[in-house]
Amino acid sequence: MEKIYARTKGLRPDVVSGFCPGCMHSTVIKLIGEVLEEMNQMDNAVAVLGIGCCGLHMEYMSYDNVTAPHGRACAVATGIKRANSKSLVYTYQGDGDFASIGLGESVSAANRGENITVIFINNGIYGMTGGQMAPTTLLGMKASTAPKGRIAEEHGYPMHMCEILNQLTAPYYLERTSCNTPQNVLKTRKAIKKAFQNQLDGKGFSMVEIVTSCPTNWGLDTMKSLDYLNEKMLTEYPLGVIRDNG
Amino acid sequence: MERVFMKGCEAIAEAAVRAGCRFFAGYPITPQNEIPEYFSRRLPEVGGVFIQGESEVASINMVYGAASTGTRSMTSSSSPGISLKSEGISYCAAARIPMVYANVSRGGPGVGSIQPAQMDYLQATKASGNGGFKMMVFAPATVQEAVDMTFAAFDYADRDRNPVLILCDGVIGTMMEPVVMPEMKGDAEIAAIKDGKKSWAAIGHELDYAKRGWIQPGNWSTAVMQQGNEEAAAMYDNWQKNDVQVEQYKVEDAELVMVAYGISARIAKTVVDKYRADGKKVGLIRPITVNPFPYEAIENLNYGQVKTILDVEMSIPAQMLQDVSLAVKGRCPIETCLCSGGNIMKKEQVMDAVAKLI
Amino acid sequence: MPKVEIRSESCKSCGYCVKFCPKQVLAIGDKVNSKGYEYAAAVKPEACIGCKMCGVVCPDAAIEVYK
Repeated sequence: MEKIYARTKGLRPDVVSGFCPGCMHSTVIKLIGEVLEEMNQMDNAVAVLGIGCCGLHMEYMSYDNVTAPHGRACAVATGIKRANSKSLVYTYQGDGDFASIGLGESVSAANRGENITVIFINNGIYGMTGGQMAPTTLLGMKASTAPKGRIAEEHGYPMHMCEILNQLTAPYYLERTSCNTPQNVLKTRKAIKKAFQNQLDGKGFSMVEIVTSCPTNWGLDTMKSLDYLNEKMLTEYPLGVIRDNG
Repeated sequence: MERVFMKGCEAIAEAAVRAGCRFFAGYPITPQNEIPEYFSRRLPEVGGVFIQGESEVASINMVYGAASTGTRSMTSSSSPGISLKSEGISYCAAARIPMVYANVSRGGPGVGSIQPAQMDYLQATKASGNGGFKMMVFAPATVQEAVDMTFAAFDYADRDRNPVLILCDGVIGTMMEPVVMPEMKGDAEIAAIKDGKKSWAAIGHELDYAKRGWIQPGNWSTAVMQQGNEEAAAMYDNWQKNDVQVEQYKVEDAELVMVAYGISARIAKTVVDKYRADGKKVGLIRPITVNPFPYEAIENLNYGQVKTILDVEMSIPAQMLQDVSLAVKGRCPIETCLCSGGNIMKKEQVMDAVAKLI
Repeated sequence: MPKVEIRSESCKSCGYCVKFCPKQVLAIGDKVNSKGYEYAAAVKPEACIGCKMCGVVCPDAAIEVYK
């Protein structure tokens, strides 16, 4: 019998991920490993991990990585890539890291057209610190620092990072995907592969924004969080290619 | 060796390039702008990379990334900008990433003044960021020393896998002096230095978890964290035993000993010579490394003979005074001669301070 | 005949594989792994068509598929 779906070597064989049940961080990390394996880049990859749940997989993944200070992943990745241009360098960041504390580094790296790849996990909330409001939190969505839910007059509106970066000239590829169905998981995989290939081809800045759930901090079980993701998150954050200069 | 006439900031940048520095990221702030400006012209000539970061915060993190690949890397700033870099410096120290940075310091606190000052002593030597880490900190008193220290700093950084700070006041950074530059390291030597870091650098490794490049500015395991802290503490102790640099000038028979570093020491030295010409027994202890601090040199003075210590610094309140006190241990009075806010220490002020004590 | 293999220790009982299996091969079982999760199991293994959807959607890389 032939194994037609195998666990990627990007994950350590005997380690269980530290993520909560149903958390799609795990899904994306698995996909990155699969893509690196398929592209024969596992020994050439350097992951730059953001702070928060993003760092939870440093001992789950099996290849080179650097933990960046909170929000600084795009600056750290810039340094790594410019100093050693042959490496495949990607950042792995959540919404607090990429869109709040790291907004300056994120937009500036995109604006320079740095030849790096950003994997941006948007679940609309701070995970590791316990469900505080993020720039991507939906209107009305409750957070531990917005107990009445996000209110536009007080907190402003959810930030759409793909669309913000799409105002810049330099970025090469921006796509928003999700992991809510097997079909979308496969689309996410394809987008990650394309973003990595862009970097190997020297095309410049690519980002895949992946809209995911956070069952624990949304306070929903895995099935209800899937429903919330489908009905609410994907309405606010429609999926698709925002820019593809290829 | 050719003597050239150079501004302190530019001389620091050239010395770094000659030491094999091939990556610099920085952000404009007075009075150190000539460092990034010089690098922006010079690094492309030698196949290096210069980036003007979007902030001091981004710049230090670009250096953290570049140095994580084993490339000799540097940043620079001035006092308030150094505060912004403290997060990244702490990360470099935690992850044991060798890098060099210069603080061409100015008046403070806050935005302070753009003129020279020595008001970052405690920040530089005691707490350059969270977590109790330390660095070797060199304090040049001449442009030549700034050159030699910067050149050597990269070796110390690589030896220890730790950041090294050139604590350079705004006077040294902006004045021009004749200097002799060290020999430029060749490409082969620079490549060999980088190769020496391959085992830990984040450059991609053959798939083997135990041997991967893993740049860790922290760990989930408290046991691993404490072990890292203990190793760092042992390294700091070793500096105190082996790496202290100090100049002792006419202290053998001195009854009044000044302690000063950087530009203040240079002025104090002039004052020593003035008084010595009149037969007055005045001497100077000049910390060259302010961390590790030359406690021993001050501790071992003959306090039967030394009547007073005079701490001379461009900082109000005095900061180095704390280290001086630790070494004097109450065996004689310690007086201060201070200025701040961007005022440069005047020879006359030091002359007067000494006159009152002898 | 296609076959799914579940690494029971990696399973966190999220139920995604159960939801997306087109042939209802999988179900959350009543056995518990060392972490306390009732892990997924193939309750109708003979119905498996080897479409891999369970493996694809599994966050924890707990499922491998043979054909």
